[in-house]
Amino acid sequence: MSDSVGIVTAQCARFDTPLTFRSGAVLPRYELMYETYGELNAARSNAILICHALSGHHHVAGVYADDAKNIGWWDNMVGPGKPIDTNKFFVVGLNNLGGCHGSTGPSSIDPATGQPYGSSFPMVTVEDWVASQARLADLLGIKRFAAVIGGSLGGMQALQWSLAYPERVANVLAIASAPRLTAQNIAFNDVARNAILTDPDFHGGNYYQHGVVPTRGLRLARMLGHITYLSDDVMADKFGRELRDGKYNYGYDVEFQIESYLRYQGDKFAAYFDANTYLLMTKALDYFDPAHLSGGDLNQAFARAQADFLVVSFTTDWRFSPERSREIVQPLLHNRRNVSYAEITSAHGHDSFLMPHAHYFDVVRAYLNNVAKEYAQ
Amino acid sequence: MSNDEINRLAAERPDFAAIAAWIPKGASVLDLGCGDGSLLRYLKETRSVKGYGVEINDMDIVSCLVNGVNVIQNDLDSGLSDFEDNAFDFVILSQTLQATRHTEALVKEMLRVGHEGIVSFPNFGHWQNRLHILAGRMPVSRVLPYQWYDTPNVHLCTLHDFEAFSKRCAVNITARSVMMGEREIRFLPNLLGSTAVYRFQRGI
Repeated sequence: MSDSVGIVTAQCARFDTPLTFRSGAVLPRYELMYETYGELNAARSNAILICHALSGHHHVAGVYADDAKNIGWWDNMVGPGKPIDTNKFFVVGLNNLGGCHGSTGPSSIDPATGQPYGSSFPMVTVEDWVASQARLADLLGIKRFAAVIGGSLGGMQALQWSLAYPERVANVLAIASAPRLTAQNIAFNDVARNAILTDPDFHGGNYYQHGVVPTRGLRLARMLGHITYLSDDVMADKFGRELRDGKYNYGYDVEFQIESYLRYQGDKFAAYFDANTYLLMTKALDYFDPAHLSGGDLNQAFARAQADFLVVSFTTDWRFSPERSREIVQPLLHNRRNVSYAEITSAHGHDSFLMPHAHYFDVVRAYLNNVAKEYAQ
Repeated sequence: MSNDEINRLAAERPDFAAIAAWIPKGASVLDLGCGDGSLLRYLKETRSVKGYGVEINDMDIVSCLVNGVNVIQNDLDSGLSDFEDNAFDFVILSQTLQATRHTEALVKEMLRVGHEGIVSFPNFGHWQNRLHILAGRMPVSRVLPYQWYDTPNVHLCTLHDFEAFSKRCAVNITARSVMMGEREIRFLPNLLGSTAVYRFQRGI
């Protein structure tokens, strides 16, 4: 595949300077897994940071030498000649703190105790992530990103970059995101968390020591999440009322194809994802609100931003609907930021931001081509 | 943008220069139905405006991004609720008025979000259009290139019509520029002009 970044290697950055979280908790030392694609130019001006969403990680594009089937989660978007063009940009992907793909998180060993952090891992916020990402940027010698890009929860991190480090980010691409969650969105997260918290195998978050995993809870959480990531139309198209055995069995086993699909997705996810990480990520989503400390006024919150913005939403996304994206656009207009907004007609709900779609890709490509003209010479 | 490009745009769209002539350097501008962003780019290059466009068409959104101008994807007929009162010095409706459904509501919205409004539209009173009608056919011309069955232009009007409409909407016209090609028309403008450009503000 000529448009793939090809074989990539994950790297580990170690930080020995304590990080103080928003909650007041302190992590004395931590590690972040990251990958990079493309070349950093001499002026160090062509770097793009990709922030991941709830279940993402540092493996954004390409494959591993020993695992050719493990393709990066945004490989359709990131690569040579792709919308996020690695011929022009130096692209950095990382696994956030609290994650379960190698960066320090609840399942990592706490050097102080020799046991997994479990429930003692600090509650991590979008602000904390961005602070840790800035330290990674320092390590890589990146003073200012040409762009910080993210979808969903990743979009929130991209927005936070423009508020926490206005002088360190030239462009923000917030895709299928929101300035803050609505009550309905928080409600979905709470049901997902309750599924995990009430699983008898959860053991207050310290299930590692018990040699068990709260699989049932994590599975339910993912099934619920998955429903909200798809659109009604896509589910109807893909599954309708189709029956696995072609007839009613009058029981509680899988009968409808949608049940089979959701259980499969739940099982697959629960087999590799850490339940504590899932809890942390959903809380980070709920907590994020740039106007939390400014009386709820987003106009005031975004007054700090200096970046240019591209905001993208998808018509059938009801978890992060176009209305939420407009709530990002409005304070940017109020503050006279350069901002463009595209509403992509797509059938795939929230998942659209991860899917190949010609017009969506044209929008991102057109925007980043101009960024490249300015920063990737 | 090179001077050649600026000149090419000005030649293709004679209303651009007429609009730009009214806009002071550094003004804030909202261009409704901004198409591929040519006007905004022209105003950015020639008047250093802080500009935003509103456009519904997907292809045009991409063109605006290619042109490096801000564009907000939205349907004009659903209003300008994304924009605050008095947010812009100028709100422009260039060659779009005739294709809007809720024209009166939109003109009022223009003067809510902007201090001044500018519209340009094809003058339906132009003699060529009148000849077409006299000959019993709907007009098709360079400025009105559509057939009656595929035209987006649902609200065509003449200079006289627009001026009467302005009175009705309590809109105060402060300047008018009527063009035929690149030429400004001062004599019998409603008959000899093919494109009309108006500058207006809230009436008292």
